[in-house]
Amino acid sequence: MLHQVLFIIFGVVCVAGALNLLLQRHPINSALSLIVVMGALALLFLLLGAEFVAAVQVIVYAGAVMVLFVFVIMLLNAGVEEHTRGSRVAIFLGIPGLIAFFIFMCWAIGSNGSALGQARIGSFYVPTQELGIALFREFLLPFEVTSVLILIAIMGAVVLARRER
Amino acid sequence: MSLTTYIIFAIIKLAIVLFVLLTAVAYIVLLERKVVARMQNRWGPNRVGPFGLLQPLADGAKFIFKEDIIPDSVYKPLYIAAPMIALILALTSISLIPFGENWKIAGYHVPLEITAFWNGNSIQDINIGLLIILGITSIGVYGVALSGWSSNSKYSLLGSLRASAQLMSYELSLGLSLVGVLLISGSLSLRQIVDSQGGSIVNWNFFGRLQFIAFFIYIMAAYAETNRIPFDLPEAETELVAGYHTEYSSMKFAMFFMAEYCNMVTVACLATILFFGGWHSPFEALHIAAPALWIAISPVFWFVVKVFFFIFLYIWIRGTLPRFRYDQLMAFGWKFLLPLSIANIIVTSLVLALRS
Repeated sequence: MLHQVLFIIFGVVCVAGALNLLLQRHPINSALSLIVVMGALALLFLLLGAEFVAAVQVIVYAGAVMVLFVFVIMLLNAGVEEHTRGSRVAIFLGIPGLIAFFIFMCWAIGSNGSALGQARIGSFYVPTQELGIALFREFLLPFEVTSVLILIAIMGAVVLARRER
Repeated sequence: MSLTTYIIFAIIKLAIVLFVLLTAVAYIVLLERKVVARMQNRWGPNRVGPFGLLQPLADGAKFIFKEDIIPDSVYKPLYIAAPMIALILALTSISLIPFGENWKIAGYHVPLEITAFWNGNSIQDINIGLLIILGITSIGVYGVALSGWSSNSKYSLLGSLRASAQLMSYELSLGLSLVGVLLISGSLSLRQIVDSQGGSIVNWNFFGRLQFIAFFIYIMAAYAETNRIPFDLPEAETELVAGYHTEYSSMKFAMFFMAEYCNMVTVACLATILFFGGWHSPFEALHIAAPALWIAISPVFWFVVKVFFFIFLYIWIRGTLPRFRYDQLMAFGWKFLLPLSIANIIVTSLVLALRS
């Protein structure tokens, strides 16, 4: 019961933040609503018991990545943006696709509802220690490959930024 | 402990801790003015009350009754929200700090920490407390960043740009400097980190476990995080008038001021918990017999003494060191503190691996 109430609260905050992100005309308001989305997502992770993921979500995404976004917006002093009516592809493919996806999800959940069961607070609880052991023993190769990927992205950014000289 | 009693005790603890914290903040300001004045061969504030002890009250009254000016060209929603974000986040992190073990009041076990409770036979606290405090500090940047941007003033914007860049650079070394402590204690719970340092002064992370390099990295990064001298470039008054809070007046300015000093207290508490044995007495190994009252009070006493020492260190350094130049600040953070903290992690984990 408590899980459902909390899930609905944070889910609504999350979706409302995402909608606000699209509707706001000023970039800094959009960036701030993205921070709200990140925070609500972290709380949803916490509800499931993934405490480490929740904390990292706040520290890395809400605390570091979004600060960079806000930093760039402040530095460029970006003004109010203009809203276009959207491309034709978005209207003729996007909206029917969205409706089809929504109907499919309703059908999938409705027909298997009893078999799926219900999540409760902390039903996927993983202590940080076990997460670390899994990450550095069983998933060591994907972990290292991901870090190399990020390193390549950083190097690419440096190369692109220095090109003018 | 049932939910109702837990909530009642949490509210009582919250009220006491907030009252003590805000009073402490007011008197830290007075202490700072007094100590810096004595270091510069002045008297400092000594007119209001005996030895100037009522000066914080006079300051508070002045802040409340001053005119609250909101300039025309500011972006109002964020301009008003920014000081609130700064102060709320600064006050939140104190709720995760453990001040002592456990008090037995009228048959109830009351842990001396706002977010902890007694589950029947042991104290239950948040087991990722340290990560949550780091998260709250990392979100705290927004108070500073948004205030500068929404003020629509060059000085404010420059101050907040400096602050965001500085906070992000030093957060890295701050986080990495704590890894050594975490490796030793094997837990992210602040209570367990303190418990692992009990018994004797040799068990403190600073002395016996050779984490003093990590401590110095932590304290320097934390000074940068709280915008204090020698890293107070976001509010360097010789260059930026007052930095990010140039356009703020009255209580809104006071909120930034209080947030800064609350952050100082949190940093001092964390330094105590992580490196200096938390509430453990330095004379624990001697097993001196003491009356029951003293045994109940002494953890809080030692905690406060250690926190006071770090607050005094803050003021002492403010009275001693000049301000860094901005490029020196960045070079110091990235080229010195970061490699040093990574080296500390490698050495600590090697020593731990060889010992086990």
